[in-house]
Amino acid sequence: MSVQQFIQNPWSNWMKGQGPDADIVISTRIRIARNLRHQPFPLLATDSQAEEVVNQVAKVVRTESLGKEGPFELIMMDRLQPLEKRVLVEKHLISPNLAEESRKGAVLLSGDESISIMINEEDHIRIQVLLPGFQLTEAWDIGSRIDDIFEKHVNYAFDEKRGYLTSCPTNVGTGIRASVMLHLPALVMTQQINRILQAINQVGLVVRGLYGEGSEALGNLFQLSNQVTLGMSETDILSNLYSVAKQIIEQERVARRYLQENSALALEDRICRSYGILLHARTVESKEAAQRLSDVRLGIDLGIIQNVSPFTINELLVLTQPGFLQQHAGQKLTPEQRDERRARLIRERLRAKIA
Amino acid sequence: MNCEDCGKRPATLHLTKIVNGEKTEYHICEHCAQEKGHVFADFHNFSINNILSGLLNFDPLVKNSMSGLHNQTTAQKPMRCETCGLTYAQFSKSGRFGCSDCYRYFGDRLDPLFRRIHGNTQHIGKVPERTGGQLKIRRELEQLKTLLQQYVMTEEFEKAAEIRDRIRALEKKMEQA
Ligand SMILES: [Zn+2]
Ligand SMILES: [Zn+2]
Repeated sequence: MSVQQFIQNPWSNWMKGQGPDADIVISTRIRIARNLRHQPFPLLATDSQAEEVVNQVAKVVRTESLGKEGPFELIMMDRLQPLEKRVLVEKHLISPNLAEESRKGAVLLSGDESISIMINEEDHIRIQVLLPGFQLTEAWDIGSRIDDIFEKHVNYAFDEKRGYLTSCPTNVGTGIRASVMLHLPALVMTQQINRILQAINQVGLVVRGLYGEGSEALGNLFQLSNQVTLGMSETDILSNLYSVAKQIIEQERVARRYLQENSALALEDRICRSYGILLHARTVESKEAAQRLSDVRLGIDLGIIQNVSPFTINELLVLTQPGFLQQHAGQKLTPEQRDERRARLIRERLRAKIA
Repeated sequence: MNCEDCGKRPATLHLTKIVNGEKTEYHICEHCAQEKGHVFADFHNFSINNILSGLLNFDPLVKNSMSGLHNQTTAQKPMRCETCGLTYAQFSKSGRFGCSDCYRYFGDRLDPLFRRIHGNTQHIGKVPERTGGQLKIRRELEQLKTLLQQYVMTEEFEKAAEIRDRIRALEKKMEQA
């Protein structure tokens, strides 16, 4: 796969809309932070030191088979246009930090885009595994295996007391950040979400969401991840996250059933209205698009909307981001132009499924 | 409300970040959000630096080293990583280490910070096979010794003998290393 394909093709493995609990868990991500022993962290590295890190990491990937996920494509950040980098961010393949702030940053991408190995982000190496649905153990197994392969060839910065040494003290120890992207419309509608978010904070996990006006999260999407990386084993971190996520998933299902049983008409009306608007709107802002797509997604999960696949919604969530819209248009667009393009794109995709 | 970043456009994105129960809100316009890449697709990393730096600057040890009131040694000679040259004061400002040796030079002074972030100071997770030194073997030995005791207690002597051999082999490996 060429660099351009990663940028132009909207499809990523994580958007499949499959996998365990995929009605609520959009995707699972594991990120493993590692550093080389005798190199300053990217923050202080000179250009030539940073280049040396890229060479060392890329060499391992060239010489070792990383398994069925390969081959990997090495993409240097300084070869990309700002818009192209942004598209990779919108596809969750690289972090905004790598796109914007890294010097001599690079990424190794697997063909199906489920593995990306960022080089010279905040740490020398960040192995990211991104899978559809709820697949924590699976993602960790893949990430840990790649970690083991690297470890055979490079000297990691590791300390008996502190574990894997990272640039930021929040990642030291295991260096792993595991997260699940949850779609929780019913918990938001029934106004139970805040209670749950508060409880989560007390068990070493964090939830992040981008908030729209009022207190509604954009598209009802929440990212749940571990906060603690030191003093807990990887298994403990994962099982802690797993059990909390599982409880939230269950609560969301209960809330969905409650809505179906107690306000079926209002729920159906809301979902179908959103669907209608997306099918016919001529201009739509990103915030509204996210909310309407969330409604349609819920409609699909509840069997109210039957001719659209969850994959289409996941794909649209990415396609309607500003970077992608502009990449697709081949030019910079004003917010008004983007709103118009966004509406057209959603119309076309949804209609294609009906026909 | 106007955007906290540019102060010109109205703030249309309201982001809440919760770290260890502490809630911080940001109000920015769509334009600035896009400029900075705070797009909907990926919302981690938002100002974690600021939050962390706030946390570090509340560290009483840092205050002491800055004012030099209580700790004379740090007042005379700022704590510094000899490999990369980063001082503890610089670290506490940026919230970032300069190299892996910083951990060694700042030493136990980091414990209060780690305790606050992680509730812990000692790693108990994965150990790299090759560069993990003897830690991996030592951990395995500890586990095997516990197992050995269990087998002796339950009088499963065949299994116990097997474990004993494995322990001997590992101990030999450690001596050679
Ligand atoms: Zn602004
Ligand atoms: Zn250092």
